[in-house]
Amino acid sequence: MNSFIDEAELKRILWRSRRGLLELDLQLERFVSEALPGLSAAELEDYRRLLLLPDQDFLEYLNGKAPCPDESLRPIIARIQALQS
Amino acid sequence: MTVPVRKFDAVIVGAGGAGLRAALQLSEAGLKTAVLSKVFPTRSHTVAAQGGVSASLGNSEPDHWHWHMYDTVKGSDWLGDQDAIEFMCREAPNVVVELEHFGMPFDRNADGTIYQRPFGGHMSNFGEKPVRRACAAADRTGHAMLHALYQRNVRANTQFFVEWMALDLVRDEQGNVQGVVAMEMETSDIYVFQAKATLFATGGAGRIFASSTNAFINTGDGLGMAARAGIPLEDMEFWQFHPTGVAGAGVLITEGVRGEGGILRNSNGERFMERYAPNAKDLASRDVVSRAMVTEINEGRGCGPNKDHVLLDITHLDPEVIKSKLPGIREISIKFAGVDPIKAPIPVVPTCHYQMGGIPTNYKGEVVVNDQIVSGFYAAGEVACASVHGANRLGTNSLLDLLVFGKSSGNSMIDFIKHAPKDLPVLNTADVERSVARVDELNQRSSGVEVNDARLAMQATMQKHCGVFRFKDMLKEGAEKILEVEKQVANIVIADKSKTFNTARLEALELQNLIEVAKATMISAEARTESRGAHVRDDAEDTPERPNGRDDQNWLKHTLWHREGNQLKYKPVTMKPLTVDTIALKTRSY
Repeated sequence: MNSFIDEAELKRILWRSRRGLLELDLQLERFVSEALPGLSAAELEDYRRLLLLPDQDFLEYLNGKAPCPDESLRPIIARIQALQS
Repeated sequence: MTVPVRKFDAVIVGAGGAGLRAALQLSEAGLKTAVLSKVFPTRSHTVAAQGGVSASLGNSEPDHWHWHMYDTVKGSDWLGDQDAIEFMCREAPNVVVELEHFGMPFDRNADGTIYQRPFGGHMSNFGEKPVRRACAAADRTGHAMLHALYQRNVRANTQFFVEWMALDLVRDEQGNVQGVVAMEMETSDIYVFQAKATLFATGGAGRIFASSTNAFINTGDGLGMAARAGIPLEDMEFWQFHPTGVAGAGVLITEGVRGEGGILRNSNGERFMERYAPNAKDLASRDVVSRAMVTEINEGRGCGPNKDHVLLDITHLDPEVIKSKLPGIREISIKFAGVDPIKAPIPVVPTCHYQMGGIPTNYKGEVVVNDQIVSGFYAAGEVACASVHGANRLGTNSLLDLLVFGKSSGNSMIDFIKHAPKDLPVLNTADVERSVARVDELNQRSSGVEVNDARLAMQATMQKHCGVFRFKDMLKEGAEKILEVEKQVANIVIADKSKTFNTARLEALELQNLIEVAKATMISAEARTESRGAHVRDDAEDTPERPNGRDDQNWLKHTLWHREGNQLKYKPVTMKPLTVDTIALKTRSY
């Protein structure tokens, strides 16, 4: 468990990883269970910002169909992608 | 025990297309309207709808609502109510143009009118030839619809309660609906949302099946709440399936893969479609392929440790062809099956997509039980059964359903609220106490069945015994098994009893809703001994009197499943439209 964040906040992030699209649910489910506990404070903040994206845009970036216009989010997207292959 | 009460004119549960459309109607009429949603509104499952919304605008070629109505009745295999279908098809052009005025970025023709494209089952002149009727916003129609409706609701001062889960319906002693009990996820605090009128727009429950295209949030919360409150569920045996979803994930593999030479194989490596369709083989129609896949699995020739799927093989294709013609499929397979289809076959299984049944309503969105309107209660969208989809839904009619019945429910609620006494009645606390007790029981139980285990047991039972193609004996066994699973669900335990965003508790509450839908589906399906639309059985024979196994003499009727004692009752299909002649029974063939 990350020491800089309380359990309640982690669980909020867990819930917000539930989306309107199955493809996002599946990819984020894996990411939060495998990678979330090991994220740095900065990465966690990036992930939180990522969760604010509209679902269809989020999926396009994850699928590599389009680059995320916010370059600062690209590393966290890459981390999610790295778990999938 | 005192549960705090919040008071509104109208409360809406669910913020997808139907809930947002209804809320807009109410808020713009100046009524105090609350919308509760488990997730942020624009992340509702409506966001996944890509195909479009149908309306006989006739922008590219002549079209007529009556032709749309004919296609919808035929698609429903004559189980749809013709008054509701006429209403929906007549209203379609109005609600689509309205949505355009709300800022929906529809694709356009050069002359500025909404561009319309052809879609399976859309025909002109009563089934004569294809017609362009589907309106879309690129491949993001549902997404664009949610955003347009949400923005408009913000402007109209709709009060959103985001990350709230409704728990139970509140009814008075006469059965009139008074509102809902709901939990704030942030704190686990429970409130009553009391209102003159209550609408359920909670979407479908596709997660009852092991393989589903539905997002994780589609847990049939409205159906579970209705069932616990004594409202029957209508036509729950009818679910739309797609033949090839990635096993264990549910993400669809387009049928184009078989068009490019993909071959279905069983655990012996056999190309089994040769036995079922010697000529068309893997290119046989959707029904034939689904039936063959399920038969192989059922007879023990499924693949994997649980023998619960078959394989879609494209390893014999030139890798360059796969990379150039099927890049999306390769990516899906690698991502969701962990398999590169250039090297190994893709595990696939028939996958649930859409729920035709639901809470029984009329075309005004009013909930109707035993021919009586349930005062103060409304339902719209996938959770409701108006019934416009009957035994099978016509493509693009789901988004239309949201708009038409979201709006008509909103109008019915406005009318009802205006005629209701100014002050809200005394709240009946019995239902509130029952709901709080249900949560308390979960909090207090210290040993029992893990939520995940019970959910997986339910999903496997539904998939195996009540999937895309159904066997008499399997259904009988399935009905017994699902009641066993119900006992497990009654005994679920959560280790985490904390208050803030307790996702374990939320998932337990969702499972308590899903199991109601699973029982309704299995028990309704076992009883209906014909094949109609999406409900297809091995023992319903194709005879001249009963073409495709459809038995109009005995089964041209709606099922009503009651939770109490799992009783089934039936009601006639409304064959009489509002203004035109009945679309007479015919064999459904395309």
